[in-house]
Amino acid sequence: MNGLKIYRRRLQRKRWQIRALRKRRELTSVRNVTAKIRPDDVLLFVTLRNERIRLPYFLKYYRSLGINHFLVVDNASTDGSREYLEDQDDVSVWSTDASYKRARFGTDWLNWLLRKYAIGHWTLVVDVDEFFVYPFCDTRPIRALTDWLDASSIRSFGAMLLDMYPKGPVAAQPYGDGQNPFEIASWFDSGNYQISRNEDYGNLWIQGGPRSRVFFPDTPERAPALNKVPLVKWQRKYTFASSTHMLLPRGLNFVFDEWGGEKVSGCLLHAKFLNTFVEKSAEEMERKQHFASSQEYKAYYEKISENPDLWCKWSEKYINWRQLEILGLMSKGNWA
Amino acid sequence: MSVGFVMLVHEALNRAEQVARQWASHGCPVVIHVDKPVNRQDYEGLVASLSDLDNVQFSHRRKCEWGSWSLVAATQDAATQILAEFPDVRHVFLASGACLPLRPVQELVAYLNVRPRTDFIESVTTEDVLWATDGLEAERFTLRFPFSWKRHRALFDRYVRFQRWIGFQREIPESILPHLGSQWWCLSRQTLSAILEDPDRYYYDKYFSKVWIPDESYFQTLARLYSTDIESRSLTLSKFDFQGKPHVFYDDHLQLLRRSDCFVARKIWPFSEKLYKNFLSPDVAGLGATEPNPSKIDKIFAKAVERRTTGRAGLYMHSRFPQEGFEKGKTCAPYSVFEGFSELFEDFETWLEKAVGGRVHGHLYAPERVEFVDRQPVFSGALCDSAEIRDYNSKGFLTSLIWNTRGERQSFQFGPKDNQDISWLISTDPNAQISIISGAWAIELFNSNMNFSAIKKEAGRLQRIELAHLKILRSMYTKARVRIWTMAEFVEAPMEPLQTIIDEIGQRNVRRLTEAPKMVNLDGFGQFLQNLKNQGMQAHVMGDFPTGNDTEQQVSSRRRPYLVQ
Repeated sequence: MNGLKIYRRRLQRKRWQIRALRKRRELTSVRNVTAKIRPDDVLLFVTLRNERIRLPYFLKYYRSLGINHFLVVDNASTDGSREYLEDQDDVSVWSTDASYKRARFGTDWLNWLLRKYAIGHWTLVVDVDEFFVYPFCDTRPIRALTDWLDASSIRSFGAMLLDMYPKGPVAAQPYGDGQNPFEIASWFDSGNYQISRNEDYGNLWIQGGPRSRVFFPDTPERAPALNKVPLVKWQRKYTFASSTHMLLPRGLNFVFDEWGGEKVSGCLLHAKFLNTFVEKSAEEMERKQHFASSQEYKAYYEKISENPDLWCKWSEKYINWRQLEILGLMSKGNWA
Repeated sequence: MSVGFVMLVHEALNRAEQVARQWASHGCPVVIHVDKPVNRQDYEGLVASLSDLDNVQFSHRRKCEWGSWSLVAATQDAATQILAEFPDVRHVFLASGACLPLRPVQELVAYLNVRPRTDFIESVTTEDVLWATDGLEAERFTLRFPFSWKRHRALFDRYVRFQRWIGFQREIPESILPHLGSQWWCLSRQTLSAILEDPDRYYYDKYFSKVWIPDESYFQTLARLYSTDIESRSLTLSKFDFQGKPHVFYDDHLQLLRRSDCFVARKIWPFSEKLYKNFLSPDVAGLGATEPNPSKIDKIFAKAVERRTTGRAGLYMHSRFPQEGFEKGKTCAPYSVFEGFSELFEDFETWLEKAVGGRVHGHLYAPERVEFVDRQPVFSGALCDSAEIRDYNSKGFLTSLIWNTRGERQSFQFGPKDNQDISWLISTDPNAQISIISGAWAIELFNSNMNFSAIKKEAGRLQRIELAHLKILRSMYTKARVRIWTMAEFVEAPMEPLQTIIDEIGQRNVRRLTEAPKMVNLDGFGQFLQNLKNQGMQAHVMGDFPTGNDTEQQVSSRRRPYLVQ
């Protein structure tokens, strides 16, 4: 590792921090109850747009894991998401009409809020359609995990994004308010992931799953990244580099063992493939706020609006975290 | 006679209070040491909440840091106090605030009453220590450790290295032989008072105050001087992981802890409501005189440590991505690679599947698409037959396939037309069984309808690729079970090699093969090779294929009854 590289990454980190500082002006506080946050609280950060129908289950799920406070950036929702969130006791809301894409897909906004409110806290940064699963999550609250990580001097916790999908056309079964999305999207690909190492940032780059299989069979390098580091004990100098896929300083990305052992890890069950997505993707194409500008992504969204079936006879039906651990999609590591 | 408890507490005071109350209310005196950094308010709250019990006392508060002498000093204070204040106490049990009694305290008292002079303290010599993970088993007694391991790790490490380099050695007092063990012990009054009242204690203290993690060695070493009866084990169930930090128990360990029959367990996560409620309830079931049996718990934690250090062989995932050479098993199960067989035999895959079972794939690395068994578009684990996805991560494709199909043997065809990226992987993988009929790729050219110059060019290309592949398989790094035949050799006597391969796979067939696969028609193949030679293409990987009489030979070989008794 040469000094120049280290220095360049440091500059990069500073640049993103300044950028976050600049982008904070785009955020308007709608409801700020962060004074309620206690020193030991585990926080959740999320950016969303028009996700009203998902919110009840999302909040319920994470409250049951033991998240104490939610910090939400609402990117110009028009479906009542903001109003819904304002009514919640444990939710602080910021709103913005600015471009999601130009805030590096919300990363800048979150970097700012993290810097302001998360220092010293364990923080979970997810999307509204991502559901965090970790070893023993059915019997131990998230605080058990973070206490253990603290005791082990571990600062960050990795989770792979696991795309879940229904059997049959994606939009065939409509998702209802407050429903567990995995009653519908209960299937996943158990073993078709491609992993390589990103030497620059030290993280693993994982692609594959149903999205690669169905939408990018000819251009697998374009398939979306599935590696994430959603749970971090935040410090002032930390910053998310690209969504939650990687962080700086790069030591936070070493959530894997390279000498043959297994570190503890989890999964983010991704409840993207529901009828809501098919409806939304048309709108997204219009807004071009996602990675949608490239040709491949146009094809991707077009395919989605055709309501495809992602299920195949080798799909696995989700049961619980133990199943994922046996399949090798996550690991208990030395947490027993 | 009773047992007295010394409790070292630094967090979760409410839990410590519950446990202390449990012991004290059953007639066992408790002396609590509360770490100095605990704020005054919390400390006074604890004192007040236990003030109704006259057999609970608090010792002088010290600031304790893990790995330092302060922990021993705090223990000494509290132990002296309990021996002086409670003359009835015959055994002193050292516990922490994260300890939880699993059995009624009367059972512990009864257990110790039967063994009035026994000291329960894990105490082993440094040579026999298995758990210390920092490589400082013996050196902790001979080096100096002025820097905090927790706060100044780099300095700590550097200073250790420096001392090793200059060859610094502290002198160990002559009268003692260093012993190590769990810091949670239960000593008899005789032994403990002998240690505390030793006329040389000043010198021992002085020596041990600079030993690394003295709470694991001070009492463990000195008990050896005075005890008449040491049971080298701890009565506290306490497991350590590979970094030397204690495993934590949670609500879901309830049944496990119940079945362990141990007296006290540590460390309990303070929010384990169910554990505290169950084990501190007045009607916790007694077990009589059962001996503690922590082996089940041992197994679980040993497995956890193994998972963290060795992991599951052949698994590549987002928290296990070994560097090359550190995989501890490149793949997770044995598999077979066949090169040239499907070219030489008609319908070889079907025959092989009948003979050995498992899954027999076609050319998994074929250029157009992945030829899964039955040419399925998707296979186990939802692997896709797209050649682009496969080639995007060709080695990962194979390791995933083998991982996804654990418990079912995989065989596949391979050849010079396929993506060669996996050559090194399979040749260095002990799980691979590779059988090659070199030169068999030429049969396809021989039967093709290409122009001869194109055939010649293609033959040259394929031969180059195969030679490179063979070179890898013959390299000194090869760990796979490799068998190479030239085509000429193989055609001569095909049954014997086939039998060997299949015996080695050895899943279904213990009997002799009864049915051989049908060889393709090789009439004129020798001449074809000769033509290649005549045109300047030296095709030699096939071996010495007879040119003239091949027709005759082939006829006879085709007529040969493939029934071998």
